Amino acid sequence: MIKLTNIQKYYGSYHALRDVSCHIREGEFFSLLGPSGSGKTTLLRTIAGFEGIDSGDLMIGGQPMKGVPANKRPTNMVFQSYAIFPHMSVAQNVAYGLRAQRLSKAETASMVSEALAKVGLAGYGARAAHALSGGQRQRVALARALILKPKVLLLDEPMSALDRKLREEMQSELRHLQRNLGITFVLVTHDQEEALTMSDRVAVMFEGQIAQLDTPQALYKQPASKRVAEFFGAMNILRADIVDVKDGVATTRIEGLGTADLPMPRQADAGTAPPYCAGVRPELMTILDDGAQSYERETAATVTDVEYRGELTYYDVKFQGSDTPVVVSMRNTSNRTLKTVGQQVRIGWESASAVLLVDRS
Amino acid sequence: MSKRILTIFMIVFVLFLYAPTLLLPIFAFNDSSIIAFPLSGFTLDWFKSLAAAVELRKAAVTSLTIAVTSAVIATILALLATSATVRYRFPGKGAMIGTIMLPMFLPEIIIGVSLLTVVLLAGLELSIYTIIMGHVLICTPFCIAILRSSFQQLDPSLEEASLDLGESRLTTFRRVTLPLIMPGVISSLLIAFTISLDEFVIAFFLSGTKPTLPVYIWSQLRFPQRIPSVMALGTLLLLLSIILLTLSELLRRRSARRLGKDMAGGAW
Repeated sequence: MIKLTNIQKYYGSYHALRDVSCHIREGEFFSLLGPSGSGKTTLLRTIAGFEGIDSGDLMIGGQPMKGVPANKRPTNMVFQSYAIFPHMSVAQNVAYGLRAQRLSKAETASMVSEALAKVGLAGYGARAAHALSGGQRQRVALARALILKPKVLLLDEPMSALDRKLREEMQSELRHLQRNLGITFVLVTHDQEEALTMSDRVAVMFEGQIAQLDTPQALYKQPASKRVAEFFGAMNILRADIVDVKDGVATTRIEGLGTADLPMPRQADAGTAPPYCAGVRPELMTILDDGAQSYERETAATVTDVEYRGELTYYDVKFQGSDTPVVVSMRNTSNRTLKTVGQQVRIGWESASAVLLVDRS
Repeated sequence: MSKRILTIFMIVFVLFLYAPTLLLPIFAFNDSSIIAFPLSGFTLDWFKSLAAAVELRKAAVTSLTIAVTSAVIATILALLATSATVRYRFPGKGAMIGTIMLPMFLPEIIIGVSLLTVVLLAGLELSIYTIIMGHVLICTPFCIAILRSSFQQLDPSLEEASLDLGESRLTTFRRVTLPLIMPGVISSLLIAFTISLDEFVIAFFLSGTKPTLPVYIWSQLRFPQRIPSVMALGTLLLLLSIILLTLSELLRRRSARRLGKDMAGGAW
């Protein structure tokens, strides 16, 4: 649906987008995730037509977008500030883009009420725009964009102005809306949880580049680099030395854990040999109770801190022969007793719990 | 103690500001051609004499024509200049704004003399057009100052949203930008109108056969017996200013209310 090929964008001497290429498929919920300044909003505004590109190709629905202004593109946008026209009613806002279609008053009115119903605002048409709450403004912005039946809906951090409860509500509503309508959604967000829960695929961006593009599960389980790994939840980072590489599998010596066979990370430029490190998620390790379980791998460790959080307990442990503190999270069950600081424990893990990461800043 | 001093200071300050203005209506209704206390009686004769003065009415029409035209032209120029300078970055922008704003600080007599020189060198005749030219020059900086704040309060994503929804730049300006900066536009028109209406120096230098109201009033001051009529005229002008200011404030508040508290434009 959207094809970006080698997009370059400069603001003066600042390199905002560095050789960005990706293919956003029809009907998918695609997220651009990154910290502020990573170029995700610039990329979205490039697709919308508010920013030009210095080189590269942008195709939407098979059509080249070079020289096509924002008002002629098959995309519509929900702005971060929602950009609701304050001098118009809700209905006038929603009907704003219909003017070019020269519909009769009755047709317009029925389309507007249909669009408002779709976003859960039936009967709000006569309200003044400035009298709306944050969540209602977002719904109006959605209705105003969707009424034009765009091929692509662009969403620029639409949830950042909402409180937590409303945000979660809107996230699942947006997801349902996208599935029902089958329109391609491109969401910009800096919230990794939001990207994971809502998207079919996520492009993680740092410094104007796509660091990794994958499904939420793959990003969480098989991050390619330390940076991506740390962006999604907690990740223990340990020193790693590659002993041997065969068929894309690296025999790796991991600090404190010993040797394991790990798949080589997918990386953008295979030519350079970057430093590597190993990552293990806190929930993929277990503190073994005496006797009971058997794990593929077991490592001795000392508990250095215990943090009880109700559902989970976080343990800081140190492996023998390693100074790096490692976090292990354990689900609390009725018959499990907490370990104490200084206690010697056995940590159970599997080679599949560990991932080899590119360690490059 | 210090509070009382402040109170006295404030009373003296307000008196100093407004007492001279209050003298206008007092003597306009005084039944004597000599401007002095004690007052001798109430009369409407001075106002009646205004109605009979053909020259005065002509001057009033000239002034109104010039003020309306200058206000409209200055506001349009200021709209163009501010929409460019608030939205875009381009080389020489600072210098350009500085050049446009400069007439605000130049003595009017310099502007008057230099414009007169230009007009004479160009072989043009002095007319109401030459006065309009001068007034547009001095009004535009004030209009820009007012409109700048309106534009800066305008969320740029509103205009982008309009483009995104399929409207061209021109229709975006008409449907979104203009209605939202309307309070500023009205303020700009009114302030330019007021500046032009009572401007004397430039009008004096550049007027041809048709004097403006201030120039006419100045010419009448040479005849002591006409002074009470001028006082009556001044009273009417004072009333007009108060009505205009009240009107503009009401309009501004109304549109600010309509747009909600986040979009209260205007300068007053």
